[in-house]
Amino acid sequence: MKLTFAGAPHFPPINSVAGVMQQVLYALIPGIAAHVWFFGFGILFQIALAVGFALALEASMLKLRDRPLQPFLYDYSAVVTAVLFALCMPPLAPWWVALVGMVFAIVVAKHLYGGLGYNLFNPAMVGFAAVIIAFPMDLSQWLAPRQLSPGLPGLWQTAQAIFTGTLPGALSWDALSQATPLDALKTGVAENRLVTEIRDAPIFGDFGGLGWEWIANFYALGGLWLVYRRVISWHVPVAVLATVVLISTPMWLAGPDINPSPPQHIFSGALVLAAFFIATDPVSGCSTMKGRLLFGAGVAVFTLAIRRFGGYPDGVAFAVLLMNMAAPLIDRLTRPRTYGH
Amino acid sequence: MPDFEVGRHLYRFPGGLRLRHHKQIACRDPLTRPELPRALYLPLKQHQGPVGEVLVEPGAQVRKGQPLSRATSDREVPVHAPTSGTVAMIRRWPVSWPPGSEADCLVLEPDGEEDWCKRMPLADWRRAEPEALIEHVRAAGLAGLGGAMFPTAAKLRGDWKRVHTLILNGSECEPYISCDEMLMRERPAAIVEGGLILARALGAERVVIAIEDQMGAVSQSLGMALAAHDPEDRCQVVAVTTIYPEGGEKQLIQVLTGAEVPHDGLPQDLGVVCLNVATAAAARDAVIDGTPLIERIVTISGPGIEHPRNLIALLGTPVHELLQAAGGVQGDIDRLVLGGPMSGLPLASDRIPVTKGSNCILVLRRQDVEREQPVMPCINCGECVRVCPASLLPQELYKYIEAGNYEQAESLNLYDCIECGCCAHVCPSHIPLVDWYRHGKGVLRERGIEDARAQNARQRFEAREKRITEEKEQRRRKREQRERKLKSGGEARSEVQAAIERARAKSGRQNRPGKTGASDEGGEQ
Repeated sequence: MKLTFAGAPHFPPINSVAGVMQQVLYALIPGIAAHVWFFGFGILFQIALAVGFALALEASMLKLRDRPLQPFLYDYSAVVTAVLFALCMPPLAPWWVALVGMVFAIVVAKHLYGGLGYNLFNPAMVGFAAVIIAFPMDLSQWLAPRQLSPGLPGLWQTAQAIFTGTLPGALSWDALSQATPLDALKTGVAENRLVTEIRDAPIFGDFGGLGWEWIANFYALGGLWLVYRRVISWHVPVAVLATVVLISTPMWLAGPDINPSPPQHIFSGALVLAAFFIATDPVSGCSTMKGRLLFGAGVAVFTLAIRRFGGYPDGVAFAVLLMNMAAPLIDRLTRPRTYGH
Repeated sequence: MPDFEVGRHLYRFPGGLRLRHHKQIACRDPLTRPELPRALYLPLKQHQGPVGEVLVEPGAQVRKGQPLSRATSDREVPVHAPTSGTVAMIRRWPVSWPPGSEADCLVLEPDGEEDWCKRMPLADWRRAEPEALIEHVRAAGLAGLGGAMFPTAAKLRGDWKRVHTLILNGSECEPYISCDEMLMRERPAAIVEGGLILARALGAERVVIAIEDQMGAVSQSLGMALAAHDPEDRCQVVAVTTIYPEGGEKQLIQVLTGAEVPHDGLPQDLGVVCLNVATAAAARDAVIDGTPLIERIVTISGPGIEHPRNLIALLGTPVHELLQAAGGVQGDIDRLVLGGPMSGLPLASDRIPVTKGSNCILVLRRQDVEREQPVMPCINCGECVRVCPASLLPQELYKYIEAGNYEQAESLNLYDCIECGCCAHVCPSHIPLVDWYRHGKGVLRERGIEDARAQNARQRFEAREKRITEEKEQRRRKREQRERKLKSGGEARSEVQAAIERARAKSGRQNRPGKTGASDEGGEQ
């Protein structure tokens, strides 16, 4: 009998990198579907573009770095990065935005730091930060949701808009586009208008933006499924959302005229997406349980600070990147006490 | 009084995994004995500690139960003849510990007579002195049957504060292993009696038998045994939640007491001692029947075995004989494991014999062990952190060991890793974490030995240097003294004079018999 002589444990591990990444992608499906419902096919183009560029760049970088394509190209990590990046894009953003974003995400943030497992910063957010700094105008053209739109662009019109950069035929940006709720809020408060007054605009829904709040709900649904499946731990999402509530509640109670309510904060922008899918990126986050609570709390604090005081309407990406910097230190300071010590 | 009543409240230990237990497949048939093997291979070392003196020569006729080696301290454990027959030789033979090694084994060819040597039971153990009980346990060659094979006598007496509770560990939490469950079903009275004997040896008032909450039949059988054999009501059965590795000594103590064994201490520091239920049954046999430890229950299981079952195997039985007794292997066999799938040792050969700590032989096929991906970089997902029962940071330990920074791994308490395998089992990157920890511990241990050797050498060298300089110094001082005396002329003259006088006096005495020169200066005459 020829016997393999290998150490325990002898059964194969119950998870794989590809398995984890696939589940993250499945969990995003409801949110993406809601996005398509409210804002049309644009997001699907953005995802396809980003994923295509990401895989091509990943393959070339693996070649350049003399690493095998198998298993790294097929671990879905680049796909997750690409999808998360695409979900932060306006639906009709020109195609080269995705290319530039993926260059920064895959080439700079991931492979120049050593590839899978070695990146200090969340690649999707590095990509997003790069394009929002480089092309602020192209990233400010957001579509109005289905209820407020004269007619969402169809498949062909969407493709034309993305690849030529101009709207086809009778469509005009003035009719199609709309400020995002966070934008409206920021400019409104700056013009000394009351929050309640600003919120009368039709782009606002019950809590956050019209349409956006439902997308957030579906992201949360997928995220909860990930928590249930133990793909992510509950610590980061709970810390993010609880901290937002903890900080925004007293501010809202003290000054409801200038401060949005906690639900409005949560259901606006990318906060729910970040809480469940972005701040939970394992590589660039914390690995101790206490550390994850602190990491999530930090993301919430920076997001609120940027929303209130910063130059951007939403601050999730920068908040995550700032906390990425702090993650190794947090991990070091939150090492658990070993048994018997 | 005990600081806490063990087992009254159940506590939770951090981490751990709920695993499918796969135990029932080997519990359907009653315990049976396989046929007497053609030869038994008895490793002289079946315990943690030094080997005692071998008492038999090749060619010797031995009777069943006869001691084959002698122990002179509690850390040595004698080996006994599992059956009567002839000692054919002592030779190197593959053994299970250390994995992949060979060791000196007594080869015993059975004669089939089962001719028992004279057994010495203890007449009335309930009134016996603890020392007498411990001597019996020691002479019977007991070493922990849970797998660690720690000499039992060394756990029963030592320099520690009073032990109030004996914990009998019947919570074998690892999948497939069911030898203790079978024992508790079939010989519950032996465990209860053994527990009371060991408690008396320890001076402990209480015995807590910890079983798993899924062992319904066991709880029933033990309950009946308690009613019959525990008149003073000193034993208690506690069912703990089945979470791997709650059967680990440290975890079980934490579950039952809420306290942690200090990293530099022993369970005795908490007033408890933890022994396997099979060790208790063996102690009962040693004291009440006078039977030494010559056999044990072994689970033969796994997807690659035709007829999984529990067998009563004589120590020294080669594994292939047991596989045969369980219907033989089936399918494309990849590996044999001694112990369970999470922490079991790989067996390098099926000729390896059963020893006192062999609880289970697991037969795994190719498809049971196949990985769906190669090893990938750590993605810092923290799953290992979540499941680690010792609250370590497995991924950090791995990164430091991989980088060769063993000291840093040590400072992050690498030695507190119990190698349960939970971290590696949940690792999405399929990193063989436990292998890395063993490697790291091995390197540190070697370095420790080297350091100790280097330190010894340095101490010897420094001592020698010191001696030499001191000698030089002495010589120098003497020389200086002499020079000083010579310089001051008068003194020197008077000294010469004195010497002459001494010599004269001496030569005068020398005429008398029996007296010799009083001093060296006498030689000047």
